[in-house]
Amino acid sequence: MAKTRARRPPATAFVAAEEELQPGAALFPWSTMRLTPPTAAAVALFALLVRVLVSLGSYSGQGTPPMYGDYEAQRHWMEITLHTPAAEWYRNTTANGLAYWGLDYPPLTAYQSLAHALLINASLPQSLALSSSRGFESHQSKLLMRWTVLSSDLLVFFPAAIYFVWVYFQRNVGGDGEERSAPWFLAMILLNPSLILVDHGHFQYNCISLGFTLGAIAAVLSRNDFAASALFSLAINHKQMSLYFAPAFFSHLLGKCLRRKNPIFEVMKLGFVVIGTFALVWWPYLYSIDSVMEVLNRLAPFERGIFEDYVANFWCSTSVVIKWKRIFTIHSMKFLSLITTILAFLPSFVRQLKAPSDQGFLYSLLNNSFSFYLFSYQVHEKSILLPLLPASLLALQEPLLFGWLMHCALLSMYPLLCRDRLLLQYGAVLSLFGLIFFPPHGNHVTKADKLSTKEKALIALGLSCSIVLHLVYLCFQPPKKYPFLIEALIMFFCFSQFVAFTIYTNIKQWMLLDCSSWAVRVKKDL
Amino acid sequence: MGEAEWLWAVATCVKALLIPTYRSTDFEVHRHWLALTSALPLARWYSDASAPCCPLDYPPLFAYFQRILALPATALGGHPSALLRLAPSSPSSAPLPVLIYLRLSVAVTDLVFLLAAARLAHRRLPPARRRLVLVLLLWSPALLIVDHIHFQYNGYLLGILLLSLSFLEEGKDLAGGLAFAVLICSKHLFLVAAPLYFVYLLRHYCRGGSWEASRRFLTMGAAVGAVFAAAFGPFLYYGQMQQVLSRLFPFGRGLCHAYWAPNFWVFYIVLDKVLSFVLLKLGFDIPAPKASFTGGLVGNFSQFAVLPQVTPLITFLLVIFAMSPCLIKAFQKPQPKHITRWVAYAFTCGFMFGWHVHEKASLHFTIPLALISVDNLDDARHYFLLSIVSCYSMFPLLFDLQEYPIKVLLLAIHSILMWIGFSSCFRVGVAPGGTKTNNSSASNGKQGFIGKFGTIYLLGLLGVELWGQLLHPYIFGSRLPFLPLMLISIYCAAGMMYSWVWQLMQILKCS
Repeated sequence: MAKTRARRPPATAFVAAEEELQPGAALFPWSTMRLTPPTAAAVALFALLVRVLVSLGSYSGQGTPPMYGDYEAQRHWMEITLHTPAAEWYRNTTANGLAYWGLDYPPLTAYQSLAHALLINASLPQSLALSSSRGFESHQSKLLMRWTVLSSDLLVFFPAAIYFVWVYFQRNVGGDGEERSAPWFLAMILLNPSLILVDHGHFQYNCISLGFTLGAIAAVLSRNDFAASALFSLAINHKQMSLYFAPAFFSHLLGKCLRRKNPIFEVMKLGFVVIGTFALVWWPYLYSIDSVMEVLNRLAPFERGIFEDYVANFWCSTSVVIKWKRIFTIHSMKFLSLITTILAFLPSFVRQLKAPSDQGFLYSLLNNSFSFYLFSYQVHEKSILLPLLPASLLALQEPLLFGWLMHCALLSMYPLLCRDRLLLQYGAVLSLFGLIFFPPHGNHVTKADKLSTKEKALIALGLSCSIVLHLVYLCFQPPKKYPFLIEALIMFFCFSQFVAFTIYTNIKQWMLLDCSSWAVRVKKDL
Repeated sequence: MGEAEWLWAVATCVKALLIPTYRSTDFEVHRHWLALTSALPLARWYSDASAPCCPLDYPPLFAYFQRILALPATALGGHPSALLRLAPSSPSSAPLPVLIYLRLSVAVTDLVFLLAAARLAHRRLPPARRRLVLVLLLWSPALLIVDHIHFQYNGYLLGILLLSLSFLEEGKDLAGGLAFAVLICSKHLFLVAAPLYFVYLLRHYCRGGSWEASRRFLTMGAAVGAVFAAAFGPFLYYGQMQQVLSRLFPFGRGLCHAYWAPNFWVFYIVLDKVLSFVLLKLGFDIPAPKASFTGGLVGNFSQFAVLPQVTPLITFLLVIFAMSPCLIKAFQKPQPKHITRWVAYAFTCGFMFGWHVHEKASLHFTIPLALISVDNLDDARHYFLLSIVSCYSMFPLLFDLQEYPIKVLLLAIHSILMWIGFSSCFRVGVAPGGTKTNNSSASNGKQGFIGKFGTIYLLGLLGVELWGQLLHPYIFGSRLPFLPLMLISIYCAAGMMYSWVWQLMQILKCS
């Protein structure tokens, strides 16, 4: 910590900082710039408390037979991994009917299910009994399931977030001459309302894959490329959706290797780490090509169509005008979405390859994940969590953009969370985020008086649109002819915002000055 | 948005998230009162015995408050039938709208608490200390546990108490006295501080020549009398006074509640048990006590085997005796700057020696003491310990696994914030009180701030919790279920005893 403090420029024109100099003022997380162990602990414990409180709410598919929802899927995977050998997890057998929530995530998710199953089995075995436990719901089993998510979050995402913030300030990623509050930054990453609602409300384990990704990002920033490769491989092996970030990692690491003495040797070293990690995770399936293909087929459910529900991406939004599903076959649709996705992330990719920089890396993570969210195959609403992660890492550089994006992301999941009966939690967590985003005395990054009248008017317009959409969805019965009219309106609104973001952040990434690029930094260090 | 409002708003978000948590029978009691006061005529409020679970046993102003709370519910329509139904129902099966309505009513009436806290903090404290006191008050974990999980309206009542204290500190004695009258007409547990208020107001407000003094005395008497008349008058008119008083003071209850509040009587009971055990072993013939002390049921008088029996009168005299130092001080030299300390001490005495005390009553002095905790390092040290003990002693209120992480996290966050706040407040050489403080206290780690004794005591607290949660079930299984609770009571009682002695010393010291 001492090092961080020494590197930081003195903060002056900032109210909280002035108060810091006052003798006897309490240095609470919202009124100090420094991240000391007690402040970090306070922020982390508060973030944990919010998660525990959200987990009191209902989960997806609560009390809705015969298929239930994501909660039942996770419970079912625990049941399967506990009672069948690893080789049969992805195979249709009498014990493991794949039609009923068959496992469709990579092996690390299966191992995680097994670990949790062993814990739950010790105290409540009937909730995981083979076949007979389908749709098992009880107060105690809900509690235990919730605690497995909480502990995963605490073990993976929290350390990664603290590590990232520490590295961010140690390496001075944001650049010099900027006044920044480290506890606020940590709170923005940890109190991500979308992530909290999906993981601890709706019920998923995104905290694990996103936590590994966050750890990998921090490792990249701290120049520990091997750890980064290993951690990111783990993230991919937990949820294949982590591939949204793959081009960013690939281009950044490759770009850096190309600037070293022996580029081919460096690339090979990283390649070995990746292959080694993958081999370790896939070990039970490596005995034959068939078994690997069996798993891979489960991971790519192309038959489920290009999009699900009303997701605010390109295919779903434009399908109102162009009926993509009718015009193209699944095969050509796959190809089309692949091409558009690549085209969308190509600028950011090229930029990182040519001039890899720390800040550019964070922007390219955002741009890559957004291009996947907008154009790739089989996207659902919850995938917005992936672009949100790098956006939260840019909270100090683009505070308003981040705040607005968070709000749009929440809005895009609003119908989903309403279906899960999480409206109360949604409102409370959204307000909490707003309050912490604007701490008392005003954080410099969020100070409203910096904005011009035009910008203020734009924000007011956007906010009122969103409030109207929220209320209309709750109170207004859509006409029978268009039962999903309001969902579609929410989708259009969010899609327009997301597209605007992507364009802006792509431009921003290209405009980043070359002097901050990694190559120059290395020369300086030498 | 000022800092006080911001803190309150953040707390309100947490309170909203607490809506689905466990609620005790107090939830049903308050719901029933809402139904009772809106359905029955005033004359029958205190005589209605249709629901044996929850007879109205708060003073009339609280009953009026419940009547007002029922008004928006009847106006809104929605589910008035479920909310305002006289028939008793289980708190865990309350329909969602009822739950949300009642929970939010607690959160909204907390505005009184915010108002009082902000008023006090802004008038009394230097800006640097304000933030810390506001955090201690508005984010009090004990208040969250009792009001927003267990379910009561303490925030609103303590808000009135704080308002009264802030008036007194500013020298506005009439307003202070009036607020206190409102408070005891809302919840008579606050009556404990009445002797102190009487002495203080008599000496501080009713001063001047004999003519001026008696004029002031009559003014105060008239003001307080008016509050009481407004509260009790209607019941007097309907000839219900006897009934009201018998509901308010049910001395048929035992000395201790089902879960022993951590006070003096815990030691008395334990001593009795030990003595009777020893004497039995030595061959003496001792009649075994008929009722268990842990019963705490109505009409169940607690019996001691060896030590003298305790009656309500004895506890009353003991409370007055324990309070006498601050009464004498207030009589000799009534000073507004000491009133908060004195009132807190009076409530501590009531808590330590009172009849049938609930563990929740420790809020009555931990909340006012937060105001003076920033005065100097010694006060801060004492408050750090007291507030943790007070909150921890409320843990047994929430016994379900679901709330376990919530209560632990609430206490942990509170402790860390206190730690950050106090150590940054007192890191400078000289505190405003003029006391020389330990310069390296902040860098010294925890020991520098709370001292060796405090550290060992708090570690012991952790040990008690670990015993109750892990070791006890492991060793004894489901046998002796009262042992962990007893351990918490005894251990917290030791901390409370220390706090009582410490407060007494402070009062004796400063003249």
